[in-house]
Amino acid sequence: MEMPAPNPAILAKRDRVLARLEEFLPTEALISDEAERRAYECDALTAYRCVPMAVVLPSTTEEVARILRICHDERVPVVPRGSGTSLAGGALPTEDSIILGVARLRDVLEVDYADRIIRVQTGMTNLAVTGEVESDGFFYAPDPSSQLACAIAGNIAMNSGGAHCLKYGVTTNNLLGVTMVQMDGTVVELGGAHLDAAGYDLLGLICGSEGQLGVVTEATLRILPKPEGARPVLMGFDSSEVAGACVSDIIKAGVLPVAIEFMDRPCIRACEDFAKAGYPDCEALLIVEVEGSEAEIDEQLGLITQIARRHNPVELRESQSEEESKKIWLGRKSAFGAMGQINDYMCLDGTIPVSSLPFVLRRIGEMSKEFGLDVANVFHAGDGNMHPLILFDANKPGDLERCEAFGAEILKLCVEAGGCLTGEHGVGIEKRDLMAVQFAPEDLEAQMRVKDVFDPQWLLNPAKVFPLDVSAARRAA
Amino acid sequence: MRPLSEEELSEMVRSAQGPMVVRGGGTRAVGRPVAGEVLETRGLSGITLYEPGALTLVVQAGTPLAEVEAVLAKEGQRLPFEPMDMRALLGREGAPTVGGMVAANASGPRRVQAGACRDSLIGVRFVDGSGVIVKNGGRVMKNVTGYDLVKLMAGSWGTLGVLSECSFKLLPVPAAEATLVSAEVSPAEAVRLMSQALGTPFEVNGAARGADGRVALRIEGFAEQVSYRGAALRAALGGDWEVLERDASADLWRDIRDVRGFADQPGDVWRLSVRPSEAPDLVARAECPVVMDWGGGLIWALVAEGRDLRASLGAFKGYATLIRGSEATRAALPVFQPEAAPVAALAQGLRARFDPRGVLNPGLMG
Repeated sequence: MEMPAPNPAILAKRDRVLARLEEFLPTEALISDEAERRAYECDALTAYRCVPMAVVLPSTTEEVARILRICHDERVPVVPRGSGTSLAGGALPTEDSIILGVARLRDVLEVDYADRIIRVQTGMTNLAVTGEVESDGFFYAPDPSSQLACAIAGNIAMNSGGAHCLKYGVTTNNLLGVTMVQMDGTVVELGGAHLDAAGYDLLGLICGSEGQLGVVTEATLRILPKPEGARPVLMGFDSSEVAGACVSDIIKAGVLPVAIEFMDRPCIRACEDFAKAGYPDCEALLIVEVEGSEAEIDEQLGLITQIARRHNPVELRESQSEEESKKIWLGRKSAFGAMGQINDYMCLDGTIPVSSLPFVLRRIGEMSKEFGLDVANVFHAGDGNMHPLILFDANKPGDLERCEAFGAEILKLCVEAGGCLTGEHGVGIEKRDLMAVQFAPEDLEAQMRVKDVFDPQWLLNPAKVFPLDVSAARRAA
Repeated sequence: MRPLSEEELSEMVRSAQGPMVVRGGGTRAVGRPVAGEVLETRGLSGITLYEPGALTLVVQAGTPLAEVEAVLAKEGQRLPFEPMDMRALLGREGAPTVGGMVAANASGPRRVQAGACRDSLIGVRFVDGSGVIVKNGGRVMKNVTGYDLVKLMAGSWGTLGVLSECSFKLLPVPAAEATLVSAEVSPAEAVRLMSQALGTPFEVNGAARGADGRVALRIEGFAEQVSYRGAALRAALGGDWEVLERDASADLWRDIRDVRGFADQPGDVWRLSVRPSEAPDLVARAECPVVMDWGGGLIWALVAEGRDLRASLGAFKGYATLIRGSEATRAALPVFQPEAAPVAALAQGLRARFDPRGVLNPGLMG
């Protein structure tokens, strides 16, 4: 993955820029020592690393504004960072950039159950937000699998999803307002505790812009009352076509499960070996979860199992207890860990129309043979968001490159099938150079115009999202 | 001008010599009056793709909304956000279109649970002010590939581009609905009841106080689910509640959605989006008949013609939009809430880049 060469003029200014930052930042908020900077050389896409020029960890919006004003003035690129859990390289620095981390912005500013909102500083982790309101019967709905570690800032930058978004939506559907600092230090308030925008929906534009339009320091989030209960049912089928048809029939029947998860045979086996969840040995497995009171759950699961039976499942197991529910989910939730035990893997994130599932899985199987690399599929089936895991051996020369080439082919297939390159991880550097597969030059131009408005000098996270050749002129200007 | 294809639309915008008034069905005549040649999108009509099993619909922007709703109803599905029909309130004829609905980000009572139009909108194609065809989003509901211009287009009232095609995430129509209706209560008591109801796990998806001062709370789901939740909700809230079902419930929510109570009343109509807990105070300051929706988060206010409601409200977190007013009033008062300077600068910057010649509904949003 290519990154722009560092600009020597900026590297030469390092001491001066650091001196200006030192003037007002507490010692612990400015990291210049090389060994300490190294901790910020990558995010969860660990194949790519680069030590930044410096790291700043402000603890107020005002500090963020002063930092950005100085960097704007000195024309130093800034890479915003949440908790560094991006799988797409969203927080990968360049040598001539400063990492602006929000880790010290961790305060809860307001909780209001009557208005069903929480206002937080964005360094707070996703799970901590729910933790703050849980004992009062509320939760924050988006639940990316990194939720224990990932920061709200990163969730907003990547418009994070999760397993339950079929019912609750993704970050953009649960974000009501932000305080954001623009690259020139201007602080803007967008949205708040009210709904929708007075004029243009700039909040919707910010969410998912991968830290390229501003640094979000505070967020007002919608919180929801916890459902009375939830229960999964596990179904095994002898082909992924049949499992796909079953998903489609469930949706058509008017049931809205809170999650529908799909796993294929390689994934089922790995998870079973790892977690001993009691999964059947079959081609395709679905976990369907519904919510409500006991009686409501019974009513919905009755309908769902009735539909499933029409598809001759090899296994149909309604959870009978809290413990069994946990076990059913344990297998699914340990999918990534299980894979990691077997091999190195690369996790993809394309989305496809649910109706193309059988075709896409068949093609992935064929391509797996062509590339000589195994793939396991785990999938949010309700919304078509696929997570193929390509297994490779990082110690084997050429394997990573082969894996990346295979991954690119799968993502192209997703686009071809009517879907997209990334459903919830973001473009970052990982899918940057594939953007032209999904978008015409005019489409990319329209998006880049937005960055021109918010960050005319292209200093915020500049080498991400757009193919380098497409953004070159703007970055150089 | 009435293009029959996206290419024709693109050509017409490209060759425009002056301002154009972008129009779908012409039923949402909101905004500062714009003079110019009318560009009507009704020639761009038809459903491109409908997959009930994937809950997705792709439709050309000029398609009448009624046509879309009929097709979805046959499969037991619907647009989740319950778009308002403005005809009665604004005294307009014509057929609302999909594009007009999106341009207005029109969302009804279910907004409080199912989100706004912008939340169900998953893809757009549009022609920008230079005549360039742009696509964004797609037909899948989970998509973070590039910037979300879909959201930007929703509620931009045709000032950044002319929509040619829209994709939506759909939801199934539940088997049953029921509405609990209270006696007449004060705005403060109404907000208290609505907040409490929306804070229960019973998935209340309509919470309004009608012009008559009665609070209505809606529940939808399977038949048994609805009766269970209705009973649980009544127990949680206490007090006496009348229960409406089927058509009686549906009619009540259509009237709330379309603000029918103000349709035949003289005067201007304002729409306020506010923090629910601040609503009672704002209603008191407005000193006029109101309909409250979204648990208090949406206030419809009926005021004397030409009155600047914002002047009585003072500063508040949220915004006020003049929805119905004479041309003179809409020219004299800002229709859309004036924004803070840095936000207004961003909006202006976007307008300058998406419509550099200022030909698309110029001035409509201020």
